[in-house]
Amino acid sequence: MSQKVLDALMAAMPGAVVRTGSAHGDETAWIKRDELVAVARWLRDDPKTLFDAPVFCTCTDWIDWKPQGRPPSEAWNETKPRYTVAYQLRSVTHKHRIRLEVEVPESDARCPSLADVWPAFNWQERETFDMYGIRFDGHPDLRRIYLYEEFVGYPLRKDYPKEKRQPLVRRDDLNLNPIKAPHAGEHK
Amino acid sequence: MAADARTLKQLVLGRKDVQDLSDIEQELPPDLMTVNMGPSHPAMHGTVRIVLTVDGEKIIKGDVQPGYLHRCFEKEAEHATYTQVFPYTDRLNYVSPMINNCGWAMAVEKLMGLTTKIPRRAEYIRVIVSEMSRITDHLTCVGASAMELGAFTPFLYLLKSREWMYELLEKVSGARLTHSYVRVGGVSQDLPENFGPELTQVLDRTAEVMVECQDLLNNNKIFHDRMAGIGAITREDAIRTGCVGPIARAAGVDYDVRRDFPYSVYPELEFDVPLGTTGDCYDRYLIRLEELKQSMRILRQCLVQIPEGPIMSDDHRVALPPKAATYNTIESMIRHFKHIMDGVRVPAGEAYSFVEGGNGELGFFIVADGTGRPYKAYCRSPSFVHLSTAEMLFKDHFIADVVPIFGMINMIGGECDK
Repeated sequence: MSQKVLDALMAAMPGAVVRTGSAHGDETAWIKRDELVAVARWLRDDPKTLFDAPVFCTCTDWIDWKPQGRPPSEAWNETKPRYTVAYQLRSVTHKHRIRLEVEVPESDARCPSLADVWPAFNWQERETFDMYGIRFDGHPDLRRIYLYEEFVGYPLRKDYPKEKRQPLVRRDDLNLNPIKAPHAGEHK
Repeated sequence: MAADARTLKQLVLGRKDVQDLSDIEQELPPDLMTVNMGPSHPAMHGTVRIVLTVDGEKIIKGDVQPGYLHRCFEKEAEHATYTQVFPYTDRLNYVSPMINNCGWAMAVEKLMGLTTKIPRRAEYIRVIVSEMSRITDHLTCVGASAMELGAFTPFLYLLKSREWMYELLEKVSGARLTHSYVRVGGVSQDLPENFGPELTQVLDRTAEVMVECQDLLNNNKIFHDRMAGIGAITREDAIRTGCVGPIARAAGVDYDVRRDFPYSVYPELEFDVPLGTTGDCYDRYLIRLEELKQSMRILRQCLVQIPEGPIMSDDHRVALPPKAATYNTIESMIRHFKHIMDGVRVPAGEAYSFVEGGNGELGFFIVADGTGRPYKAYCRSPSFVHLSTAEMLFKDHFIADVVPIFGMINMIGGECDK
């Protein structure tokens, strides 16, 4: 259905797209990390695509990836990027969808933030940061959302043991309360 | 003498008379104040903390902090077989668990290429239990919101009606709340005997309850004043912030997964998608009432159209061998054992599948690696997205308005915090 979208994207920004796919009917485009914001803005504003509604943002940690029934070359190794950040978008007008995926290496776990383009990604990127430790550049308020600030590590990474327990130990030196002095100045 | 009396009063009461205060002292302190609402607060469904910065009664900023109900759904799902995830999905949106069950099953079926191979009777049963769940979801939302505004009677009426639905769902699945009824490839058991007439009776009685509820609430001055014009969101903002479901429809966004990305047997059913105009809390309430009626309409059609037939796909990858064969032949015994212990084997790949939940688009993004357990399972919970708009909705309202806004967002703690 929305193969048109992938074609339009390839025509407009061929340099930004690594590859595309449509397995199970989900149109997906792998985007170069540096081009993500430009691609996102184009997808949102171009009348042919008009992706005005954000759906979700999440991340996949590939470090344990050994798919069964596939050649061993598809398994993860150190030369491949460890994370993929996925953004799913939807268009209210055209009723089509696309998923943007960005590969993020372990040594530099950063991704440009789309919170400025679609406000819904503000919280979703916070969740991804909380669970996977991906740092979103340009995010207005990147702090943990489900877990507490004292939490060490990122629990949805594959190398975080499922059985690990971390009781909450309050640390007063972290100055965590977000609502303190800064907002007093905003008031007129 | 008068001065002595005043000094004495000041000593006893510890404060000055008004006429003794200077002009500045008579003013309220101009500083902003921080007020904690929740995590334990009767109006904070589940548990969520809102740190309000208030100027007098007016909210300048409301920092919403979820996470108190985080139960690691995604981490647990990565270590469970696909079938074992169903009980976890029950506990996501615990007011409409059947829709979560269906959503998860459909996501796995999409990865296995089974979407079009589900028996039609199973599809109809899924739609029936989903719509019943939608009714329980909306009844709870409307009832609880009314109660939080002081209208206790509609709450009791609506919860009475919800209980009839739960009793019927208990007959279907064996559990009142945590059904775990749907399976990959179909449903776990057929509808009980006499289900149709009982459901028709429950629908008739629920329709009466709704008339009573509307009579009590729709033109109720207190209810109207507390809901109308409160927490309004524009159509553009609703789209940009990812709102779906009743909240988006109240703001005029014409989007319903059941109609726009039809799944299951919804194309064969007739229903309308109600739309609001103002996007405020009162519109959200009216939309939910109308959706209740539409769900009932769908249910009545389903009862007429539901065919006889199998309730489980005969695909050997998802169907358990018959019990008699399991007990009497070694091949079926082994297959049964492998099926339960290793789980349903899903070919490697990734897919996002979504259904219309009680609060809007509820989706599951699964990455499968060919084994019986998901490599990654992500839940796109509408409550979480809607809660992220709460800060915008609270702005410039009064503290008392937090309650209806929050009630009509219908945040379900289990779904939001996963």
